[in-house]
Amino acid sequence: MSVRARAAVGVVGLFAAAGLAIWILFGLFLTTGYPSVDFTKSHTAGQPVDLTVQTVGAIGYGPHPTWVSYVVKQPNGTWIQASTWTLPAHTLVHMTIYQYDSGGPLRNQFWGSVQGVTNNAATVTSFAGSHQIGGPTSVSLIDSNATQSDSEPLSNGVGHTFAVPTLGIAVPLPAVNGNSSNQCSTSAPCPTTVDHNVVKFSFETPGPGNYPWQCFVPCGLGYLFGNGGGMGTINYMGGFLNVVNQ
Amino acid sequence: MAESSENPVHHLRRMFVLWLVLSLVVDVLFWFLVGPHVPPGHMTETAKDNQQVFNVLFVIALPVLLGVWIYLGYSAIVWRDREGAPEPVGGEVARTNSHAQVLWITITSFIVICLAAYGTIDLISHNGAGGGQGPNPAWAPAGAAAATQPNAVWTATNNSVLPVQVIAQQWKFTYRYPTFGGFESQHLILPNNTEIAFHVTSLDVIHSFWGYQLGVKADANPQIDNVAFTKTIQTGTTWIRCSELCGIWHGSMWNTGTVESKQQFEQWATTTETAQAAATKLLPPFAWTYVPDANGADGGYYPGVDQYSPTEVYGSTKAAS
Amino acid sequence: MTTTALPDTSGQGSGAAPVAKSPRQRRSGLFSQHLGTAIIGAVIGYFVGHWLGNVIAGGYTYVQNSGENAVANTLGLAFMVFGWLAGVGALNYPFAKIIGKSSRNAEEMEAWSASLGWQRYFRYTADHKVVGMQYVVGVLLFMFTGGLLAMAIRAELLNPNYHLFGPGRYIEIVSEHGTVMMMMATSIIVGPLGNWLVPLMIGSRRTAYPHVEAFSFWVFTAGYMVIFSALPYGGFPTGWTGYAPLQTQAGAGMISYLLGFAVIGIGMMAAGFNLLVTIISYRAPGMTWSRLPIFVWAILATCALLTLATPTLFAAGLFGILDRTAQTAFYVAEHGGSSYLWQNLFWFFGHPEVYIMALPGFGIVGELLPVFTRKPLFAYKVAAAGMMGVALLSFFVWQHHLFQSGINPDMRPLFMLTTELISIPTGFIFLVGMGTLYKAKIRFEVPMLFCMAVFFNFLIGGVTGVFLSDVPVNVTVHGGFFVLSHFHYTIMGGLLFAFMAGLYYWLPKMTGRMMNKKIGIWHFWTMFIFFNLTFFPMFLIGLLGQPRRVFQYAQNLQTLNEFSSMAAFCLGLSFLLFAWNLLYSMFIKVEVAPANPWNSLGLEWQTPTPVPYYNFERIPVILTDPYHYSEDGAPAVADLGVRVSAGASTAAT
Repeated sequence: MSVRARAAVGVVGLFAAAGLAIWILFGLFLTTGYPSVDFTKSHTAGQPVDLTVQTVGAIGYGPHPTWVSYVVKQPNGTWIQASTWTLPAHTLVHMTIYQYDSGGPLRNQFWGSVQGVTNNAATVTSFAGSHQIGGPTSVSLIDSNATQSDSEPLSNGVGHTFAVPTLGIAVPLPAVNGNSSNQCSTSAPCPTTVDHNVVKFSFETPGPGNYPWQCFVPCGLGYLFGNGGGMGTINYMGGFLNVVNQ
Repeated sequence: MAESSENPVHHLRRMFVLWLVLSLVVDVLFWFLVGPHVPPGHMTETAKDNQQVFNVLFVIALPVLLGVWIYLGYSAIVWRDREGAPEPVGGEVARTNSHAQVLWITITSFIVICLAAYGTIDLISHNGAGGGQGPNPAWAPAGAAAATQPNAVWTATNNSVLPVQVIAQQWKFTYRYPTFGGFESQHLILPNNTEIAFHVTSLDVIHSFWGYQLGVKADANPQIDNVAFTKTIQTGTTWIRCSELCGIWHGSMWNTGTVESKQQFEQWATTTETAQAAATKLLPPFAWTYVPDANGADGGYYPGVDQYSPTEVYGSTKAAS
Repeated sequence: MTTTALPDTSGQGSGAAPVAKSPRQRRSGLFSQHLGTAIIGAVIGYFVGHWLGNVIAGGYTYVQNSGENAVANTLGLAFMVFGWLAGVGALNYPFAKIIGKSSRNAEEMEAWSASLGWQRYFRYTADHKVVGMQYVVGVLLFMFTGGLLAMAIRAELLNPNYHLFGPGRYIEIVSEHGTVMMMMATSIIVGPLGNWLVPLMIGSRRTAYPHVEAFSFWVFTAGYMVIFSALPYGGFPTGWTGYAPLQTQAGAGMISYLLGFAVIGIGMMAAGFNLLVTIISYRAPGMTWSRLPIFVWAILATCALLTLATPTLFAAGLFGILDRTAQTAFYVAEHGGSSYLWQNLFWFFGHPEVYIMALPGFGIVGELLPVFTRKPLFAYKVAAAGMMGVALLSFFVWQHHLFQSGINPDMRPLFMLTTELISIPTGFIFLVGMGTLYKAKIRFEVPMLFCMAVFFNFLIGGVTGVFLSDVPVNVTVHGGFFVLSHFHYTIMGGLLFAFMAGLYYWLPKMTGRMMNKKIGIWHFWTMFIFFNLTFFPMFLIGLLGQPRRVFQYAQNLQTLNEFSSMAAFCLGLSFLLFAWNLLYSMFIKVEVAPANPWNSLGLEWQTPTPVPYYNFERIPVILTDPYHYSEDGAPAVADLGVRVSAGASTAAT
């Protein structure tokens, strides 16, 4: 082969090798991006946004079916596991959380206070199956170390929290009774016929930016301090509020 | 062009003059124009001190850098292989020069030992220079020990040290004020013209509390009370960032703090203490370290094992029997 | 060139060159042991180990809760390494000895492998030159992997708000990049150049333990596989420093890190120990300590560190694995352990580790400077003493990584002092370099350009190290981009540039082919300029408050980050240029290298190219050091045998 031909083969080969390496690294394993749901498309400027999510004890599908997770209701009504939500800036968000998980104590009881939302309070309605057993109660503080009492729906500890640390938002989500036989055992989304608490609160989005949100309950079972697994993986117990100008 | 007729130290003299002039000019320009603006600024005494030490180091380092660069540049130009260049001379004279060697070793040793001494004196005279000194700080402002007692009181007029506990957890810093009933807050508010004692601890993994404009950095280790001191001298806003990788949200583990007047701070602290009384009652009793696993908030990694806990009760400082 | 008639020394010692013996030769071809069987062994080993782990720990509570079985991962990877080594034949010799079977000695193995031609590069072989070339490929594999990961990091940091990878992925990438690069950097010179050159430079036919040497390479590549396995496992979140208890909390990929370091550590200890004994015991007659090439001194100091410091890392990694599998609590404070334990064990290794990276670079620069300046090395004894001084002192500075951690405050001034003191012997390389350049006649060949760049870069790296060692300044600059830039300047700017100098300089001897000079010059300038444009702004970024390993940063730092990222992409392209030069020079347009293209007096250059597997026909008798440039009537470096003695210098060279 002439030098020129060899050089041509060499150039092609080099780029092919580089391309293969990039594909192996970033195509197979270190993939870019993460799923998100856009709440600005179907939204009228100036109107509040309704954001509805669930917190479940085990997602039931995907690479980690035993992991705790949030799932979100898209504007078209279907549920999806996506923890990045695009919201309009300077807009009131009415958040509804269907909490299906049992709970326990917080690593820091400070996160038992409702903070950074309208009136620093959330409204909690408790259900044993489809049967309402408590609320709607305005709650501003939950004792995550309280002694469990079956007659007191808010004494089951904290299941999860919804917190946006950079915005000062933190809302503890009361747990369901861990001894109940009617807890959610299906893949997410869980139905309203099993035990759950409905938590509602509102907050105003700030200016455009990326605001991470997370949970402060040590609910990554099987991981040290409960903060591994889903707690530390986007799309499970953490994500972004992607606030944009509309 | 034969070099042999030239004075052999001509090269070194040229380089020396260039080096001297350049060093003086740049050092002076740096000290007066750039130095006052070097981070972290003047919000606290330790910040001011960190800036000063950096500037001193820089004016010493710059001549070192210039000296070597000038030499390298000069040799690359003057002593490169070109037509008619003189042949180098080998042998013993080129292998060793005891004057040069002794001078080099002496000067470099002198510089670094002086720097070590300077750094040590600075550490001692600035109560640890804003860095974490562990649970038993060697250099502390007067009144620091008294401020850690259960009956310690801080008011806008009593000039005492204000202890602030920094609790690091995945992935947010929170702050407890023991002299105000031990309430906990997401916000770091500090009074001006006050000695602050930061007591930094962690509830889980290793974090690091970095008050950028405060000139304070102390790692947060679980079950360790890492103490760092500074004195606020200017009001303003400070950024707090975590500077030890602690998991997925390490990069967003930041917030801002403010330094306000003593009166404003006292007003905020007493109001918050009252407003949060119910929440504070549910917190563990104030302690310099905490053991959340002992309360069952542990994720179940060590199931069925009697929880080792150096304290009897969650958050208590009483030793386990 | 002078010639001397010498008495026939063929009967003395192991003077005569060995002849390849035939019977009981190993099979060659597809059904013998080679890289292919290594891969097969690795795959089988992995599945066996993983299955065993599931049997043992499948019922553990934490395994069932988390869905991840750390025991299965550990055993899978460990058996994979075992299978890899068994497959390639690395265990044949010790196994044969254990069961009392006699096996071939090193000379026979070398002769046999020399008869195999190009195939020997894919096998387990006791020829130190083959191992050296294998290491070149291994090291480049690590480097390009780590480099691609670096490009991803800079891509993420282009914008503080738009996240290309997301926080979890980003931390995975950062951790993998750091670990792959550090694993590469520990062996980047000792492995390829140390193994290839040291026996030649000291006049020996072989290293002390050729089997150990070959073993170290195959373990090195096994380590690559183990650390790469972190990616399919989901990565690990701790950065290359692996701090506990975050490492105890992490997911499946953490085992890849812990075991990976343990495996690489075995390779490091093996390579270091082997070369250490070789240098001490295998020097040719007449090779006194004061005639030892400076590169060999550097390797000696490095190998002392490899041998003595690495066991600490191994133990630390083992405890970490136990914490994650057997639920011990070495590093978990709430259960009786200490988060400080890992930090101290790690950095007790970690600081000698960075000198393991710096010293070989000094050795290369010291070795090359006389060749391209045509002057002897200035202050040779100071250089050698400096290297040994650095090696010794490196064990006494490790707590400077922990100044703000809450260590006993009296330790802070102490370690500040020791760290300042270590900069004295570290600075000797500049004395030596500047003295050698004085009134020289500098030929700016590509290796020399890289040497000058080493001085420029390492100066910045070293001086900023002094800033970091000062405890008050450390409060601002620790844990941020300032320290990141410091260590990139010392490790990449020092070591990697020195490695490039060494490759351009010695590849003609190692392969018989010259590296293309024009492409080399382009490679040098792009690499040097873009390296500095990438990393110098990071000092400012760090001073302005950006911590390390963050996917989000303050908006006002975007311009600086963008600039750095753009320069980094160009730096990446310069490595592509290097890869092109390798390809071009080795395969496309081959320029055959003369035996001594640089006119060096070094003993390794007094051999023909290609160097025969037995290195020297007669074990040379060393007469003087190899730095008698520009010295009329200087003695020859060595007496190579009856026909000719070589290495004499003339005033005209």
